[in-house]
Amino acid sequence: MATTHPTLTPEQIEAFGDEMDALRQRLVDDLGERDANYIRKIIRIQRGLEIGGRGLLEFSFLPPAWLAGTAALSISKILDNMEIGHNVMHGQYDWMQDPALNSKQFEWDTACPGDQWRHSHNYMHHTHTNILGKDRDIGYGILRMSEDQKWHPYYLGNPLYALLLATFFQYGVALHDVEMERISSGETTLGEKKDLLKNIWRKVRRQTAKDYVLFPLLAGPSAPLVVAGNATANLARNLWSFTIIFCGHFPDGTEEFTEEETENETHGEWYYRQLLGSANLTGGKLFHVMSGNLSHQIEHHLFPDIPAHRYAEISVEVREACARYGLPYNSGPLGKQFGSVVRKIFKLALPDRKTPAPAHAPQPREPVPLAH
Amino acid sequence: MATTLTDSPKKTPRSISRRVLGSSLLEALTTPHPVDRYLELVRPSWSLSEVRAEVIGVSRAAPDAATLTLRPNRNWQGFQPGQHVRLVVEINGVRRTRCYSLACSANESSALEITVKAHPDGEVSNYLNRHARVGMVLGLSQAEGAFVLPQNLPDRLLFISGGSGITPVMSMLRTLCERGYDGEIAFIHYSPTFDDTIYWSELAQIAAHHRNVSLAHVHTRESAGKLTGYFSRDHLLAAAPDYAAADVFVCGPPGLIDSVRSLWSEEQIEERLSSEHFVPPAPGVILGEAKGSVSFARSNIQKDNSGACVLEQAESAGLNPASGCRMGICRTCTCRKRSGSVRNARTGEISTAADEDIQICVSIPVGDVELEL
Repeated sequence: MATTHPTLTPEQIEAFGDEMDALRQRLVDDLGERDANYIRKIIRIQRGLEIGGRGLLEFSFLPPAWLAGTAALSISKILDNMEIGHNVMHGQYDWMQDPALNSKQFEWDTACPGDQWRHSHNYMHHTHTNILGKDRDIGYGILRMSEDQKWHPYYLGNPLYALLLATFFQYGVALHDVEMERISSGETTLGEKKDLLKNIWRKVRRQTAKDYVLFPLLAGPSAPLVVAGNATANLARNLWSFTIIFCGHFPDGTEEFTEEETENETHGEWYYRQLLGSANLTGGKLFHVMSGNLSHQIEHHLFPDIPAHRYAEISVEVREACARYGLPYNSGPLGKQFGSVVRKIFKLALPDRKTPAPAHAPQPREPVPLAH
Repeated sequence: MATTLTDSPKKTPRSISRRVLGSSLLEALTTPHPVDRYLELVRPSWSLSEVRAEVIGVSRAAPDAATLTLRPNRNWQGFQPGQHVRLVVEINGVRRTRCYSLACSANESSALEITVKAHPDGEVSNYLNRHARVGMVLGLSQAEGAFVLPQNLPDRLLFISGGSGITPVMSMLRTLCERGYDGEIAFIHYSPTFDDTIYWSELAQIAAHHRNVSLAHVHTRESAGKLTGYFSRDHLLAAAPDYAAADVFVCGPPGLIDSVRSLWSEEQIEERLSSEHFVPPAPGVILGEAKGSVSFARSNIQKDNSGACVLEQAESAGLNPASGCRMGICRTCTCRKRSGSVRNARTGEISTAADEDIQICVSIPVGDVELEL
């Protein structure tokens, strides 16, 4: 919460920002063939899994084919959405000047139209990360994810809403920019969102036709099994992406900010907020790829347009800089981080317990002297 | 006006496989990704709509120039002699686009030819000279440019070229000779020394076999040849005394084109002159002062460069381009820069190449800039 941010002098914050800028510049200067080869390799693997998975599902009457096909298609959808779609649409590969990898033209295999995502995520969420009232990723307008969101009996359903959001995550993401909560509060109207809804409908229709009509029909009598396989793959992707994304900003220790605090924010303070508001997941190389490298949420929020496969190698330096400035670097295994998110979802379903008087109110930390 | 140049455009029937691949069913099955994104995984030159070409031959045209033979895919629609293509080559992960004139005869549709001279600071030209190899796949645009022979050919043609500007004129000459043009052709070519001269042996052969073709070779830095120095009226009188009666096509460095143009305008025969510049990459830009103008091509607005970022200048010109964070992170404002140079205020990097995508919220124009806005 607002009062607990580690205290750094403005000079220290700017110095930290300068270090991050320098790190970013070093990365930008180093971008090249290696990054191009990496993303194209991932795309080849994803397309291979997709074609293979859908092919196998056409032979769904053989149970092993159904299982293998569903698994391959699930992985394909996860790769398409996370390591490829999310990252390409961030502009991480715009420097390649390849229209197939251009952030503005890329479209991903999920219900949310790319251009709406670019607004709700790249702009709203990444610019206003963890600012209450501005960052709509805090609870997606459905959940109570912060004590600073006022409790209401509606939030008794917090765990249920979270489960529903996870299950239908692609539609939750698609409807993100429609701002349902602002429609129900009367701040905006459904009419104003007509064009948005039309575009979502167009995309959802195409996605649904592909997964639930065309590919099943091609399989003839096995059609119901193909529907089941495709639905399972979509569900697996939904649950997985929900899990990873909710571990990005909600585990214990991540901090929120108020609009007042972030008025006239400097570039250094922006870096500082990104760092304090994000949390990493530890794991192996495959885990990082499958999470779209969002397991390096801290690095992603510091450098959202740097190719994500680079985050692992720079995390060493980011972590070292944080230690020098006395800044926290929130990182833990998936079980621990997600566990704390689930606890928070349950805890915040209930009204806040009266916190005892500020006997041990958090003391602002002393500014940490710089090592150099 | 005995000859005309046009062939009726070839209409290749769409093959069955193309009809299947281009069908709306397949598109619905691959959505949201275009079918091309799957085809190119099978073979990089495959595409339903984009022109791509495979390099099928590489030869050295001069010590610092390479001739590439390219086999375009089925999307290639042919060209008129004198036209150029935008060639796309990926260097260290980045796609670079440059214009090259086609040098081959327009009768040729399966083996296009370009000759790339390595410029001292030319990233693409040096790369192609060093690394072009058979099997490489390059991106191409359709043929472009209005530097072409007229529909009804005149009785007399004069070609003047300088350096690598010889390529489009070479295409014109090859096409004319193959199609049996019987008017008079005079060809004057300028190059620093004899060694730099690309296509010379072929030109000499053409002249030997065609009585209507006369050749003159001017060495600008050597006194060995018959004609030396930069373009002058004397060269014309020696090599093409009837120049005033000819349709003239000139291609080469700006200096050559300017001197030819001023002579033709002095003699008031400018309407017979067509020219093509090869614009070298923009020279190093000077920072600090706001100079030049910012053009928003789609809106047809041009304003003096105020020194602010492109986004702010667009907004103050009354435009409303998409924008988001206004600090260079979200890429909502990314926009195509057609030409000119901009400096990235975040990184200090300067973008000089034509047709590059820039983030307009952090791009400061350096001199004249044209944007697709």
